[in-house]
Amino acid sequence: MLRFPATLAEQPLIYYLVKDYDLVINIIKANINPHKEGTLIMELSGANYEQGIEYIRSRGVQVQFLTEEIVRNDDRCISCGACTAVCPSGALHIERPDMQVVFDGEQCIVCQLCTKVCPLKAMEAKF
Amino acid sequence: MGVQKSYAEINERIRQGKAVVVTAEEVIQLVKEEGLTETARKVDVVTTGTFSPMCSSGVYLNFGHSAPRIRGHKVWLNGVPAYGGIAAVDTYIGATALPDDDPLNSSFPGEFRYGGGHVIHDLVAGKLVKLKVWSYGTDCYPRREIETEITLDQLNEAVLFNPRNAYQNYNVAVNCGSRTIYTYMGMLKPHMANIHYSTSGQLSPLLKDPNFRTIGVGTKIFLGGGEGYVAWNGTQHFPSIKPGPTENSVLAAGGTLTVIGDLKGMSPKWLLGASFIGYGATMVVGIGIPIPILDEEILRYAALSDAELYAPVVDYSDAYPNRKPDSLGLVSYAELKSGWVTVQGKEIPSAPLSSYSKAKEIAGTLKDWIQSGKFELTVPVKTLPTPADGVVGKPMPVKDI
Ligand code: SF4
Ligand code: SF4
Repeated sequence: MLRFPATLAEQPLIYYLVKDYDLVINIIKANINPHKEGTLIMELSGANYEQGIEYIRSRGVQVQFLTEEIVRNDDRCISCGACTAVCPSGALHIERPDMQVVFDGEQCIVCQLCTKVCPLKAMEAKF
Repeated sequence: MGVQKSYAEINERIRQGKAVVVTAEEVIQLVKEEGLTETARKVDVVTTGTFSPMCSSGVYLNFGHSAPRIRGHKVWLNGVPAYGGIAAVDTYIGATALPDDDPLNSSFPGEFRYGGGHVIHDLVAGKLVKLKVWSYGTDCYPRREIETEITLDQLNEAVLFNPRNAYQNYNVAVNCGSRTIYTYMGMLKPHMANIHYSTSGQLSPLLKDPNFRTIGVGTKIFLGGGEGYVAWNGTQHFPSIKPGPTENSVLAAGGTLTVIGDLKGMSPKWLLGASFIGYGATMVVGIGIPIPILDEEILRYAALSDAELYAPVVDYSDAYPNRKPDSLGLVSYAELKSGWVTVQGKEIPSAPLSSYSKAKEIAGTLKDWIQSGKFELTVPVKTLPTPADGVVGKPMPVKDI
């Protein structure tokens, strides 16, 4: 997520990210108005990713990374089940009859509740 | 006369590699197929298991004498305080102990990332653990401070000694209030939006011998991946047994065990530090207990299934914290395990805090140990109070002083 101060709202920073840093950009949500602070949520990838981020930061844009995915450290998970009635999406669920806890990343909505309630700290947010 | 067997006969068969051992899950089907008498004749031992958070756990250890000597008045292991109120270099670290600088619940709900249970896990895993000892200095123990690193191997003794483990049965927790609560029964959403239970049901050791016919002082058990013993009844051991709401069903609750065993023979896989958000740190302990099938009555209880074992539903927003006796009814472990439970007309998603799959692995491991002849059964040297003894809990006398 990029946060633009009002003074930068009219500068074509994204254009330079593409042109000078050869980055691939996928804008997910933009809220930019002249003379106001703006936000831009986007996916950014490419070989010069780090330099690109450095560039927009140097121009006064605040960069905040959003959580991309939740992963389970399978060695730590003991299939206790404590996360299963808390997980709102069904991504963490019990397979019956053997009562193994399964994590299906496809269903996960990255609410991060499991990272808080898992007593074994098996669930991790990857940024 | 029905089937009668002795410990000596069963142990003889174990030594010969001929003992018939089944898990507490397998025995259910067996009794259904072959009947009580036939199964009692055939089966020698039923193995049980549980892998759950057990707060009343800890390790006493002796870290040896330094030169010059120190008499530990305050002791920390990896920053977690241990007890300094026993002899010079003996200490006890409890599973729920927290570092002095832990933020606790000051930023609610607290995380409790590292506590005594985690220290014990690190010790069993063979990791280096920081030992800090502080003393006021005496003529015979002049040294005042030590900071060093130890491993389990370097300790003279390290003994897992858990005052209350293997709770026979446990409250099934819901939250009838209007805000999310954080408890040792996990995170409970308001308006009964989830329901948590915490035993392994039909695999749970004390649910399978509710009259304490075979489990007593001196019973050898699977403890933390090694061998341990029942040392005494656990604290708050108030066993009771009543008929459940359906035919042949049972509501047994209140039994507990004190267990002991050499930490050096245990495994990090079966002793895990755990953190309950908003509540605290604890330890997940693996316990498995063999039940010798001495007669049909013992088998009848050992073969009770999830559908025949019940637990009470308790509101953790009010009834539990304020110690009110109200229960919201009984539910069977079969219902709880199905993932949905109906309480007072409301369908609620249910989840365990106790790992059934790991409990099954423990019962299976104990079965292998017995079948291979390396684990014989012990005759209890003293029986524990049974439901018939009618021991009940005493409330704390709260006085103005
Ligand atoms: S709470 Fe953690 S350890 Fe338990 S089943 Fe979920 S991910 Fe696994
Ligand atoms: S992040 Fe949320 S949705 Fe994803 S697994 Fe965890 S609890 Fe479920």
